[in-house]
Amino acid sequence: MSMLLEQSPTTGDEVITNYTINFGPQHPAAHGVLRMVMELDGEIIERIDPHVGLLHRGTEKLIEHKTYLQALPYFDRLDYCSPLGMEHSYVLAVEKLLNLEVPIRAQYLRVLFAELTRICNHMLNIGSHVMDVGAMTPNLWLFEIREDCLNFFERASGARMHSAWFRPGGVHQDVPLKLLTDIADWLDTRLPELFEDAMSLVVDNRIFKQRNVDIALVSKEDALAWGFSGPMIRGAGIPWDIRKSQPYDVYDRMDFEIPVGTNSDCYDRFMVRVEEVRQSARIMKQCLAEMPEGPVASSDRKVVPPKRGEMKQSMESLIHHFKLYTEGFHVPAGEVYVATESPKGEFGVYLVSDGSNKPYRCKIRPTAFSHLQAMDFMSKGHMLPDATAILGAIDVVFGECDR
Amino acid sequence: MTVLHSAPKFASNEGVIETLSAALGDMVVAAKEEHGEVVLTVVRDQIENALRLLRDHHEYQQMMEMAGVDFPSRPERFEVVYMLLSVTKNHRLMVKVNAAENTPVPTVTTLWPNAGWLEREVFDMYGVIFAGNPDLRRILTDYGFEGHPFRKDFPLTGHVELRYSEEEQRVVYEPVKLAQDLRQFDFMSPWEGAEYVLPGDEKAEGDKA
Repeated sequence: MSMLLEQSPTTGDEVITNYTINFGPQHPAAHGVLRMVMELDGEIIERIDPHVGLLHRGTEKLIEHKTYLQALPYFDRLDYCSPLGMEHSYVLAVEKLLNLEVPIRAQYLRVLFAELTRICNHMLNIGSHVMDVGAMTPNLWLFEIREDCLNFFERASGARMHSAWFRPGGVHQDVPLKLLTDIADWLDTRLPELFEDAMSLVVDNRIFKQRNVDIALVSKEDALAWGFSGPMIRGAGIPWDIRKSQPYDVYDRMDFEIPVGTNSDCYDRFMVRVEEVRQSARIMKQCLAEMPEGPVASSDRKVVPPKRGEMKQSMESLIHHFKLYTEGFHVPAGEVYVATESPKGEFGVYLVSDGSNKPYRCKIRPTAFSHLQAMDFMSKGHMLPDATAILGAIDVVFGECDR
Repeated sequence: MTVLHSAPKFASNEGVIETLSAALGDMVVAAKEEHGEVVLTVVRDQIENALRLLRDHHEYQQMMEMAGVDFPSRPERFEVVYMLLSVTKNHRLMVKVNAAENTPVPTVTTLWPNAGWLEREVFDMYGVIFAGNPDLRRILTDYGFEGHPFRKDFPLTGHVELRYSEEEQRVVYEPVKLAQDLRQFDFMSPWEGAEYVLPGDEKAEGDKA
């Protein structure tokens, strides 16, 4: 009789054991097509087995069948929230193999737009993270900023998202002066107003803190061992930023701070991103102030095609133009691994060339792959609704994770 | 060679090869520095020991990435490349091993937990087997997929395509049928040494004979 009394009044003689549920693949909080097989004990997560690859398109294999220039637009389509960040790694990898000098104005333009991409990416991530834990309004406000960013991309490259604007040797086209002045105005007025307004709703919000503080604690040792990078490793308190420690383009001329977390939870990762937006704005202002006049692409005609006007005047330019857009340029044999600080972390490109006009192998290091792998150990012992907060703080995009 | 490019600049490679070759001893098969990257090739069976030594005694704390490469003409056709990063020395290093389909590579999940998925990916894409990996399932390809798609002899189009069948009320797999052949254009300049006889050139050769 005493046995019966100990049992739960609602379950009768049923014995509750761990049960398994499917999170996704179609779930708004999964940030794309992620399927997670979760083993739950009541509402406590015991084990998570993320199944990735539902968006695998074989990008790396496709790149092997394209010339170096044709392969570039694939990078926009990896992490569709920060297209120029992905292109940056690829063009630097090609330039490293070619040992190609990029004009200083092009380097400034790249840094300017890489930082604009970072703001654009963080607007989406911060907004969706906040929405995942229950707040609707900030997301709508932050999308205003994102819309502005996309309009700037459109004015520079003609495309809102898939710009294909960074090219080996520089950038595709120069930007009009009006665009630069508009970006400067935007940085001074609209961005701080909208962003600080939205953040004032969130950062000290009691509910938001309850959902994020002390969730998914990761020690410094674990962050290193699991291959964390970007805001995830900075959230863990390690001041590691590739822009600072391994500067590329003109980042070594920029003056900016690296925010780090103290507690290494989801809240810290969120706050690191919030501060990064302010630092990005600071870098962009420096770029705008210091950017010199000059060419925006290398004058090496064996890599960078001539302008249209030149082509109509000179036979040699016409030949170069034709050869570069059909055969493409040849890259010396060798292998490089180039990693840049994309908004989500270390985005690397391992490029193997056999000396022909197509990459022999192009391995893409996605940021989300290592972070998502740590999902299991970060979620263990947390409640089911915390999984969405953890996932939001990782900042996954499946175009990039699955390639 | 002067560095003209603006790719990420990490700590100098000077003396790295000598130090690491001396430390790893017999485990190193080849070492080179090209395009500013240090690449060490080590004995396949010793990869775990070599990487442990690099992690514990040479401050390469992070393994950021693992890549497979396929060279079908080699007797051991695959290369597995480990990209190491030292956040204290601010240096990057590539370590690679050679492998064939039937020669397992020792797992490094014992050193870095994130090697688990990276090894699964190389296995999925190339069919390289990692001895000791506790969870060597496919990762990126479809459930029930056959073959290893990133091998150079795997066609770009794949072998099967899928569609929703109204009759069977489910998704069905069928062999790939292309309305038009996949086109591979050859843009190589003939005057830069094409490795084939241009159409019509064989007649000129025939006249001489």
